[in-house]
Amino acid sequence: MSAVLRRRWLPSPRHRELHGAELTWAIAFVVPYAAVLFAFALYPIAYGLWMASSPSLYLQLFASDEYREAVVSTLLYVSIGVNTSMFLALLLSGFFMRRQWWVKAMLVVSMLPWALPAQTGFISFHWMMIYWGFLNSLLEKLFGVYGPDWLSHYWLALGANIAAYNWKTMPFWTLILLAGRMAIPQDLYDAAEVDGATGFRRFTHLVVPLLANLYLVCTLLATIWMIGDFNTPDLVSGGAPVGATNVLATIGMEYLFDSANPELGVAATLAALPVLIPLGILLIRRLRTAEVQL
Amino acid sequence: MSGPPGRARGRGGRHGRLRRWLDRVGVAVLAVVLLVWWLLPVYNMMLIALDPEGDTEFTGDIWPTAPTLEAFRGVLFQRYWYLQDFWRQFGNSAFIGVMALVLTVLISSLASFALGRMRLGRGGVVSTAAFLIYTVPAYFLVIPLYRLMHSYGLMDSLWAVIAVDVTFAVPYALLILQWYGRLIPIELDEAARTDGATPGQVYVRIYLPLMAPALAVVGTYALLTAWNEYLYQFMLLSSPRNKTVAITLATFFDNEDTPWNYPVAASLIYALPPIVLFFAVRRYIAAGLTRGSVKG
Repeated sequence: MSAVLRRRWLPSPRHRELHGAELTWAIAFVVPYAAVLFAFALYPIAYGLWMASSPSLYLQLFASDEYREAVVSTLLYVSIGVNTSMFLALLLSGFFMRRQWWVKAMLVVSMLPWALPAQTGFISFHWMMIYWGFLNSLLEKLFGVYGPDWLSHYWLALGANIAAYNWKTMPFWTLILLAGRMAIPQDLYDAAEVDGATGFRRFTHLVVPLLANLYLVCTLLATIWMIGDFNTPDLVSGGAPVGATNVLATIGMEYLFDSANPELGVAATLAALPVLIPLGILLIRRLRTAEVQL
Repeated sequence: MSGPPGRARGRGGRHGRLRRWLDRVGVAVLAVVLLVWWLLPVYNMMLIALDPEGDTEFTGDIWPTAPTLEAFRGVLFQRYWYLQDFWRQFGNSAFIGVMALVLTVLISSLASFALGRMRLGRGGVVSTAAFLIYTVPAYFLVIPLYRLMHSYGLMDSLWAVIAVDVTFAVPYALLILQWYGRLIPIELDEAARTDGATPGQVYVRIYLPLMAPALAVVGTYALLTAWNEYLYQFMLLSSPRNKTVAITLATFFDNEDTPWNYPVAASLIYALPPIVLFFAVRRYIAAGLTRGSVKG
């Protein structure tokens, strides 16, 4: 089936050379894109690397406890956050395969956190989780217990950031994985059923292998996005307790505003490039495989 | 939890009925938990916005005791001193969002047409390069861009923010368009070309209409990105004339003395346009994602 699909829908990439007017058209179509990319991404990156080119900046960074703490927090924030988010999204996409009308209505409601501006959603999380906030009032009224000061313990504050980020982004991944699940042909489910694979076994033997590549691509994208996340740690925990939950993006801004040292701020973030670039290369290779697999 | 349930669960008999019943209860509990999780932060905002003083955190109320729309009125009619420019700021935010949407759709669809349909030689190199650039998160470039906007003469201009939003939305948009574009047979383009259409005509008459679902996805994504973003607005816009709602809210929230009901009401009103847009085009989004991501 896939071979037929490929022949009909994806003509093999034979390289027909473009000539004359056609080449002019093609180049004209790409120029706006190239210009934007050059002026507002490539050149700023080069400029940033130049700003942060002095090795002493990096010595200063790695000697500072504050920065090491931010690196550890970023690692924890991203590794826990991305994996819980993607795994729960995978399970949730299964829930949304149900055909009842109210499940479809819930899918619409589930997109609300994603469509809500980050500022609105995260400020609400912040106010909910401060000591006098709604969460503790709720715990007291419903269960008679008074909750902790969520944002002044390291793990609770980190957890709050992760929970808030996942609250906002999980609907998006759920939708993508749901789309992937819906693309699995019904015959495969029927065949699996004939072989006696239902429920959990269908999940592990059919859904997981077929979605593996999509899942990996989403995980890589989510990782790259979350490493660069500024909004959540800035608005939800605000770095509390005492800057411990700062991540690379927020500590960069702190070096700019509080220490008036923009070069150090740039170095703090660009130091993540050795991690980001391999992730990007892996992502591109995965996207290529995705084409072949179809 | 997996696959299309509701089909052949259990094979009748008492055991089967018990399983169906457990399944139903489990799903109902899950649904309630999910709804609470999604809506709790929104409920918390409503609670604060409807409170006459905006200080529910001290009274410990978990439902509105004396609800009033005063805060919403204060925002809508710009009655509160801090929000006297609310609608102009809202206009600025809307301008940034709409321009980011239009330019992202335009630039990415043009590039995707040239790379994917006309097969511009070495197109792969271009999109690969774009993607590598994209692995540098937008917020890592705040400081360099802040300096460069000075030399570009775009400081304190709404266009500076639009440019940043578009730059970081376009590579992702291109990815979606390339995915989706593969599902449209190239023979359509070739037939039109044989009939003498120029690439420009093929783009306008064939490519754009057929790509509509994917363009809706891309446009929504661009608007949501622009609406989510506030650090660049905060850094790049300074004069009162160019302030946006996001900037005002950020300064508001930093100020401990102001009553909370007004900024919260303002941020709820600010949240409406992306939600309206999202729900207006959600059928397209479902179609665009379903077809575009086939086992990708």
